[in-house]
This record gives sequence, C-alpha cells and structure tokens, in this order.
Amino acid sequence: MGMTITEKILAAHAGKDKVSPGETIWVDVDVLMTHDVCGPGTISIFKEQFGKNAKVFDREKVVIIPDHYIFTADKHANRNIDILREFVSEQDLPYYYDVGTENYKGVCHIALAQEGHNRPGEVLFGTDSHTCTSGAFGMFSTGIGNTDAAFILGTGKLWVKVPESMQFEFTGKFPDYIMAKDVILQVIGDIGVDGATYRTMEWTGEAIMNLPMEERMTLCNMAIEGGGKNAVIAADEVTFEYVKKRTNKPYNTYQSDQDAKYYFKKTYDASTMEPVVAKPHSPDNKALVKECSDIKIDRSYIGSCTGGKYTDFLAAAKLLNGKKVAVSTFIVPATTEVYNDLKNKTMDGKTLLNIFKDAGCEIGDASCAACLGGPKDTFGRTHGTEVVVSTTNRNFPGRMGSKQSEVYLASPYTAAASALTGRITDPREMLS
Amino acid sequence: MKKFIEGKAYVLGNDIDTDQIIPAEHLVYSLSDPEEKKNYGKFALSGVPKNAAGLPDGSKSFIAEGKFESEYTIIVGGKNFGCGSSREHAPACLKIAGIQAIVASSYARIFYRNSVDGGFFIPFEIQDQLVNDTRTGDNLIIDVEKESLTNKTTGKSYKLNSLGEVIEIIRAGNIFEYARQSGLI
Ligand code: SF4
Repeated sequence: MGMTITEKILAAHAGKDKVSPGETIWVDVDVLMTHDVCGPGTISIFKEQFGKNAKVFDREKVVIIPDHYIFTADKHANRNIDILREFVSEQDLPYYYDVGTENYKGVCHIALAQEGHNRPGEVLFGTDSHTCTSGAFGMFSTGIGNTDAAFILGTGKLWVKVPESMQFEFTGKFPDYIMAKDVILQVIGDIGVDGATYRTMEWTGEAIMNLPMEERMTLCNMAIEGGGKNAVIAADEVTFEYVKKRTNKPYNTYQSDQDAKYYFKKTYDASTMEPVVAKPHSPDNKALVKECSDIKIDRSYIGSCTGGKYTDFLAAAKLLNGKKVAVSTFIVPATTEVYNDLKNKTMDGKTLLNIFKDAGCEIGDASCAACLGGPKDTFGRTHGTEVVVSTTNRNFPGRMGSKQSEVYLASPYTAAASALTGRITDPREMLS
Repeated sequence: MKKFIEGKAYVLGNDIDTDQIIPAEHLVYSLSDPEEKKNYGKFALSGVPKNAAGLPDGSKSFIAEGKFESEYTIIVGGKNFGCGSSREHAPACLKIAGIQAIVASSYARIFYRNSVDGGFFIPFEIQDQLVNDTRTGDNLIIDVEKESLTNKTTGKSYKLNSLGEVIEIIRAGNIFEYARQSGLI
C-alpha cells in the first residue's frame, strides 16, 4: 500500500519508513511560527515549563510575525508586542518582523511564504488556525495552541495523529471568472464545516496545478473552515519558481503514490464551477452568487490572508478600474509586499492603488485588520448591523466585530462587483 | 485526575466556535497575571447568541452578572465544538470559569488538542444524543475511569467514547508532565 504526501512527510519527520492514519507519532519540527496574539502566552508557558533562562530549541526555526492587533491604541494589545520584542532580543531570534520597522511584513501566513519560510516537504506548526495555508507548498502545516507551541519551543518536537486524507480533484480548466475562493467555498458547502475534521484535504488535478501560488494558498487557507487538520498541494515547477526567489535553503519534495489510500475522493469538472458565497453565519452556508442578487450590502471588504494578496487585488482592480463604488469599500493588503505591489504594479497605466483610490475605496495598512474584529478602533471593523461582502474566511457571529452584522464570504471578483452595485453581484455581469 | 466530575450542565448546540467561546476583542488580557486572567472567566461564552445560550430555553447566562466564575461545571455540546481559531484562550477561559469537563458529539481538532495538552479539562465525546436529552441546570455526574455519565435529574445513564491514547496525557496532567514521565524531556 502506498502513502499520501502527508503520510510521507510525517513519516520522514518521525524517522520512520511508513506511517498509517490513526497512528500517533512524534515529529521533528522545521518551523514554529507565532504572532502577537498567541506569542506572549506561548512564551510564558515556555518559561514556566523550561525555566526562566531556557533557550529555544533552534533559533533558526522560530519565526515571529506580529500581525493581528497592531495599529491600535489598546494598551493590552501593545503590551503583547513588547513581550515579543523582549523575547526576541533575549533569545537573539533572526526571524522577527517587528511592527513599526522596515522589517514589518503583516499577515503571518502570507509573510511566511514571501519570506521563504515555506519549503516543500517540511513540517511547520503555527499558533494560528490558518497555518494550513502553507500546505500550498507541498508541506505539512497546521495550527496549534500555546501549550503545544511552548512544547515545541523547548523540544523541537510534537505528537501528531497521522490524519486520513481526502482528495479533491479538479479536471479541466476553471472559467476565468472563477477564483480559488469560489472553489473552496463550493467544497466546504459540499462537505460542511466539520466535513474534513482531523483529516487532510489534498488538492489535485489539472485545474488546480494551473493555479498560481497565491490562489493555491487561498484553497489551503480555508481547509480549517472544513475542519481539516492540514491541506496539501504537491510541489511542482510553479512552487519551485516561487520558492527559489525567496530562499536558497534545501528541501525535499514528495508525491502521493498511485495506490495511496484515501478516506474520500471526489472529482469536480472545473469548467462547470460558478461563483459562490457563504451566507451568514457559517462558511458552509453556500449559495450561488446569482441567487443572492437581491441582497443589499453596506460594505465590501477585500483583505486578509485569504483574500488580500496581490492576485486578489488584481482581480478586484479589473472590475473597479475607472468606476466608483456604491458602498464603503475597504482594501487591506495582507502584507507590506502586497502593499508595495499595489503602489508599483499598473493596469492601463494606473497603479492598482490609484485605481482603488479613484474608485472611492479606503485603503488600510497591511495587517489582519477587521478580519477578526479586534479592538474597537480596528480599520474596517463592524459596529452595528452592517451587511458585508468580504473576501475573508470566517463569518461566524461577531467575527468582524459586531454580533449584529452579517457577513457574506466571497471571491475578490464578487466583492468588487458587489461594491459597485451595492448588492451581491455575480462578477459575470461585469466581466463579459 | 479526578475519579468523578459532578455538577450542573450548561447545554450548547452545534459548531460552537472560538469567537463565541471568547470573542476576539477580549484576547488582550494576560493569562499569567492572576488578576487579569479572571477577565477570561467573566467573558467566557459571551459570544454565544442569546437564543442559543443554555439550551433548550436559551437566554441563560453562563456567568452571572458581576461574576468571574460560572455556576455550571460541565458543558454539554453538539458537533464540531470549539471550531475556528487556534486560540488557547478558548479552553483556558472555560477552565477559568470553572468548567471541569465537556461532553460533545465531536470537537474541532485544535480545541481538542489544546484542552488535553494544556490540561484544562477533559473533552469527552459521546455517540448518544445527550445534547437533546439534557436541560441546562440538570445535575450530571461523570465516572471518569468507567467513561460513563449519569444525569441525576432524569436518572438516565450514558456511555462515553473511550479517550484512547490521550488518557495518558490527561492522567499526567498536561503534555509537559506526560513528556517528563515518559522520559521525552
Ligand atoms: S487575516 Fe484573518 S484569518 Fe488571516 S491570520 Fe489574520 S485574523 Fe487570521
């Protein structure tokens, strides 16, 4: 019996030739990522358990990226950053992307990729549930809590139950109005928010392998909304190209065997996909965008690790170029690199940033911003009964701030089309 | 590890996510400062919509006004309990509020891991429709070794799913104690 990519990576990191789903193993960790919300808690458990003067297991393998609550006057949130700074200097950690400095990046999952911390075949844990995003690089990555992260800081190891894998294959070609966000919302709608609990979501097929890295990251990002432990896409030329520009560390690549065992397999015809949204208040509350065209919105929000990358803004700019938005529209680049792309890359001779400004959008600084509500003064946060169409990944009650607001998750195309009309709008109405 | 866990039940539905357990805006308090930490008890489950708070009737506060601890000891939940973010503040706040066990049909995996590895409380799974049989305020008793639960209010007894290998971490207290006892660190 063959093995899946996930099984192969885990086996290699447990020093075994073979592992099987359900088996509990201890793996060696290549990268531990933490941020401002969970870093301080992790650090305090680490010190409590390993002693005041303890050193981290490997300075080269710890990455700290403040991104959640940073542009706020909230004193508790700012104290978290101070704790990170102190720890970084005490441990002399090389990978700390401090806020307020040149080195600041923004949303951790995108910064990990852009700074070369995602490498095929590796094992990466992060104190954030969307750490599954990195699976787009053919690696094993998943979210953990503070205790597990503190354990890794001290030992470089963690126990893992080998997950069963689910395979989602997309044959053919996606129509040009379909984005990865539509694909993942469709799949979560099909399997439900606990449809992949404890399991791997493995993406394959010609349509998937034709996607650029950023779109692959969007697909993997929301595996957690299906309950998945991790997501994975085999590394190929597209991956190698991306990684080569960002790191020269060596890595291994793995492919699933033909005879690997899957818990579930489903094949979709990519060409039949339609734009979809997840209606309030659950990511699996799927509807076709065209079925929601009578829903009026108060706000469009384009940002986050899911929908705030360069590719996402490129899509939005195609629709917003030369037009005016009908509702408040918030543009939040995930990282400073994305922000620089908005400033430097052009469409019809105009920078994307100017396209958004001219359309009447409000532009935020690179960070998580209102994706998770946050302190009251957070950019784009909801405070009342706003109906929002958003490229983020969660629409639980209160996720973007106010418990009374209603969030429709959608692709950047749909969010931009809806921004122009003030109602949920199928991008096909505008892309023709 | 306690042999028996006894107390009042607080009943919740399916897909209770971490934003309902502890809304993101409260994540700023320190978990290591004893005074500040209490706030997590105060805001535990404060994101649950009113009609879903304390089933089947709803509108039952988990934490009484002005209090930091709950009168309830055991949470009874539906499927996919603890879905959403990886924040350990979620199991932590429930423990700070006084929760000693959760009995749910299934869990989101990060929440489950956090509960066990951090030694916050025991996350039991159950096949039966306990969540439909139980009313908020019922008196429950869990026999931890026998992996069974009795509702003293209704007199009904239930079998809990076996905790499997994680029982060893629960017995040890948390992942650190487990690793020490088994010579890993
Ligand atoms: S952008 Fe949103 S989902 Fe992504 S890491 Fe930040 S808060 Fe989490």
